[in-house]
Amino acid sequence: MKRRTRRTIKPLGLVPRPRPNGARSPKSGRPIGLALVQFAPVKGDVAANLGAIGDALAALKRDRAPFPDVVVFPEACLSGYFVEGAVREVALTSDDLFKRLRAIAAKALGASHPPFDIVVGFYEADGGKLYNSALYATIGRSGAIRHVHRKLFLATYGVFDEERFVSRGRTIEAFDTPHGRAAILICEDACHSLSTTIAALRGAQILYIPSASPGRGLEDAEPANVRLWRDITRVAAAEHGIFIAYSGLLGFEGGKGFTGSSRLIGPFGDLRAEAPFDTPAILRVDVDPVDLVAARAALPMLGDLEANLAELTAMLDDESALRPRPRQRPKPSRRR
Amino acid sequence: MKTAFRIVRPAKISDDELRIDPVLVERWLVRFLRDELVVARDIKKAVVGVSGGVDSAVVAFLCARALGPKNVLGVRMPYATSSPTSAKHGRLVIEQTGIDDRVVDITAAVDGYLSQEPDADAQRRGNVMARVRMIALFDQSAKIGGLPIGTGNKSERMFGYFTWHGDDSPPINPIGDLFKTQVWALARHLGVPRAIVEKPATADLIRGQTDEDDLGITYAQADRILSRLLSGHDVDDIIASGFAAKDVLLVKRRVDATHWKRHLATTAMISNTAINEFYLRPVDY
Repeated sequence: MKRRTRRTIKPLGLVPRPRPNGARSPKSGRPIGLALVQFAPVKGDVAANLGAIGDALAALKRDRAPFPDVVVFPEACLSGYFVEGAVREVALTSDDLFKRLRAIAAKALGASHPPFDIVVGFYEADGGKLYNSALYATIGRSGAIRHVHRKLFLATYGVFDEERFVSRGRTIEAFDTPHGRAAILICEDACHSLSTTIAALRGAQILYIPSASPGRGLEDAEPANVRLWRDITRVAAAEHGIFIAYSGLLGFEGGKGFTGSSRLIGPFGDLRAEAPFDTPAILRVDVDPVDLVAARAALPMLGDLEANLAELTAMLDDESALRPRPRQRPKPSRRR
Repeated sequence: MKTAFRIVRPAKISDDELRIDPVLVERWLVRFLRDELVVARDIKKAVVGVSGGVDSAVVAFLCARALGPKNVLGVRMPYATSSPTSAKHGRLVIEQTGIDDRVVDITAAVDGYLSQEPDADAQRRGNVMARVRMIALFDQSAKIGGLPIGTGNKSERMFGYFTWHGDDSPPINPIGDLFKTQVWALARHLGVPRAIVEKPATADLIRGQTDEDDLGITYAQADRILSRLLSGHDVDDIIASGFAAKDVLLVKRRVDATHWKRHLATTAMISNTAINEFYLRPVDY
């Protein structure tokens, strides 16, 4: 895939935000090269799965297109998703993961490779607690961890049992990267419109969603959960005028088959590209930040939301306002 | 001027709750077999007990497609009283799929034990046959370095219509979440011979036996009732939607009486490291 020609418009920074942590300013106007990777991890084998990340990086280096700016990997891809009580055996600290990713990248790409960003879903150990997390880091010269998102909505129903094994994250943050202001939501986090709304209000221009969605509903040509996720991500992107990069886990784990379908949604809710639901793949797609400007001009939903935010948040704060109100019965009129 | 309104209704979509897309299901199950056998367990060979019925035929077809026919061993395990039709249809499955064939006559093994239990009734005799077949399947698997593949469907699993630790014992089962009527749909798509798909289902443990006679209800009815029960509808709702009360109650009673058959052994817990209670590791870890 060839990159689009460089544009001179400076579309990033639409929502001015302070840039904490010394993050650099976005490179305005340059298309952002994304690579959304989907693969089936070896259950419980962190070293092997870091090796798979190295394989993906090496494949991208060999690819005819320039190396991407951001490479995105799925939820829990260092261990597999269903690990139950073994979470503590496969969990890493974010610092440890960052060091290992640097080493893997140096081996796969060479020490002099230009910096690039990476998003990786993993089980995180921190201060005696365990989380279902995703790390965003810049790898290479002056590299650093830019953000760690901890999943808030721990799926605990039916086949899912996350709350039994990991603790809940508490915040949704947007953060600056060399490639625009971003946010991460993990799988069910993104099913709740309030989560994507908060990410957008905090200035995210691109939302990364590492996910692990087990396939079910085989009554039509593709699994029902694939259709549902496509709809959820398209609606969220269109509502807020943001890019959404979704990376889905693959492989069968104890009979449950994950449905990759990594996809990139544009800020009009337009599906730009989607990987198959059952094949290891790297989906390469470039996004042009200028599209964000066009989308928010044509559909100023986020601006409209900001205009009404005070009243809306007051309604949310006022718990009683959320309860259904009994209808006022009209007073019976006297018959004449 | 009057406004002319056009009444718009939703397009007619299939209301069959048991509908599957057989092309997708085949693709899904072939990948399941490859992932669970070859990728997760590094096992390249499968062993299928081929009874001549539609369930084992579907599994044989799927295994042949997932692993290649020469990596699949079809084991036919007749007993002295098994129906000649079962034998004929078993041969047909072997021929159509091109899988390897082995016949293990279980008569001597079954009768060797039952000669010491002359009073065993038909149910006990049937259970002994199913468990001897289990022994043969696991031994044939050990012989070729393969794994037995399960052939139990969701309807019989929900009814508890199987021999515990007998025909439910293989560690990998591609059709265990498909109701019987869905297995029939998949069988037609896979090209399982019509004679096998269209004959009455039977465990063939007793002469002249059919599943539907044993269960007291047709699969067509039972699967719809099961589907609704599993989706959270209560008995009254299902009866109100047009099913006979006796059928709904029969299905509900059978499901409620057999939860134990869908679990491993109940183990007395005396520590906070009890296996599968506190000590929790997934099957593929």
